[in-house]
Amino acid sequence: MDYVNLFVRSIFIENMVFAYFLGMCSYLAVSKTVKTAVGLGLAVVFVLSITVPINYLLDSYLLRPGALLWLDASYADVDLSFLSFIMFIAVIASMVQLVEMIVEKFAPALYGALGIFLPLIAVNCAILGGSLFMQQKDFAGIGESAIYGAGSGIGFFLAILAIAAIREKIAYSNIPAPLRGLGITFIITGLMAIGFMSFMGIKI
Amino acid sequence: MSKKTNKPLVLFVAKEKEPLFSKKNRALLTDPLDDNNPITVQVLGICSALAITVQLEPAIVMTISVIAVMGASNVIVSLLRNLIPNRIRIIVQLVVVASMVILVDQILRAYAYDVSKQLSIFIGLIITNCIVMGRLEAFALGNGVWKSLLDGVGNAAGYGFMLILVAFFRELFGSGKLYGYQIIPESFYEMGYVNNGFMLLSPMALITVGVIIWLQRARNRKLIEKG
Repeated sequence: MDYVNLFVRSIFIENMVFAYFLGMCSYLAVSKTVKTAVGLGLAVVFVLSITVPINYLLDSYLLRPGALLWLDASYADVDLSFLSFIMFIAVIASMVQLVEMIVEKFAPALYGALGIFLPLIAVNCAILGGSLFMQQKDFAGIGESAIYGAGSGIGFFLAILAIAAIREKIAYSNIPAPLRGLGITFIITGLMAIGFMSFMGIKI
Repeated sequence: MSKKTNKPLVLFVAKEKEPLFSKKNRALLTDPLDDNNPITVQVLGICSALAITVQLEPAIVMTISVIAVMGASNVIVSLLRNLIPNRIRIIVQLVVVASMVILVDQILRAYAYDVSKQLSIFIGLIITNCIVMGRLEAFALGNGVWKSLLDGVGNAAGYGFMLILVAFFRELFGSGKLYGYQIIPESFYEMGYVNNGFMLLSPMALITVGVIIWLQRARNRKLIEKG
């Protein structure tokens, strides 16, 4: 039951985009059409559900204070947590490279459509944010961190899918010229975030 | 990335139409404050930072940190620009930025622990702040050290300017304070003025930025998007 709860929380209540503004760059830039939005969303789900558990293992067996105890009792005082930024980003960058090679091989059309944004997943804040939140929340096991990673990925996916659908429709509306494009997208995102706040307090 | 590596990332370069070399270096510093603002025009680096605009203090600390990280990493990448192999440049840049961020993070923990707790993961997220990578890709990889330093500091300042602007309105209307000091006098509250608690919630950061973009484009009409 804890797992379900965590899953729902990470998708709706602690939504990466609406609650923490993570991944906004790609969220704004790739959400012009639903098709590319789906591609990027899937890539983010995939990368997040792999990197968060891997980084969890790294954190609990290498980085946190006393994590090196499994090597030898004399390492009990070693605290490598200042290295976590660089370790996490290295894992993420190599995973993104892997995803990129897979997508290029098996879905060349999608590769063309995503273009520049595939390598930029490496610098998508949602991905690093997932790992850093995982570290901060002190999850009990690899299962919880995997669920958290997948959940926040799906949350990002939902957000980018929704905004892309809205932007496709809004192309036909008469928006005041200075508000066109970026401005209205921000305001719509704000309104959507208000909507997502209504999930707050849900417990399953 | 196999085929595309030989080209510069077109995404960021496309924003600068005029040749940068013909301008004065000063323009590198001042442009990002308005005409080429990282947040409202280049649409980079919105990611992590809006969550820390509830109050002015974290926004200012964040601004200083970003200026330090961007200035330093722009200089380092610019020094290394002829040595970095094209294929692995993103990883090299990430390592440079991550080391700078670790430095800033450790300094903040040592000297400003409260603020560093408040900023929580968002200092770490400077690493993946698109504006840092964006300027490295678009500018530092192709320009000299001095220009890169100016460009880094200028863009970070433009970015911080937006942060501080958003934080100003959110703190003023959300809690009636600025930088922790009460601004709206007690007599206002007695007359029935109520703080708008909604400003403290995350959706209002987005809407505030939306309105700022609206005002900026209404004033500066060449920024209006076509189509």
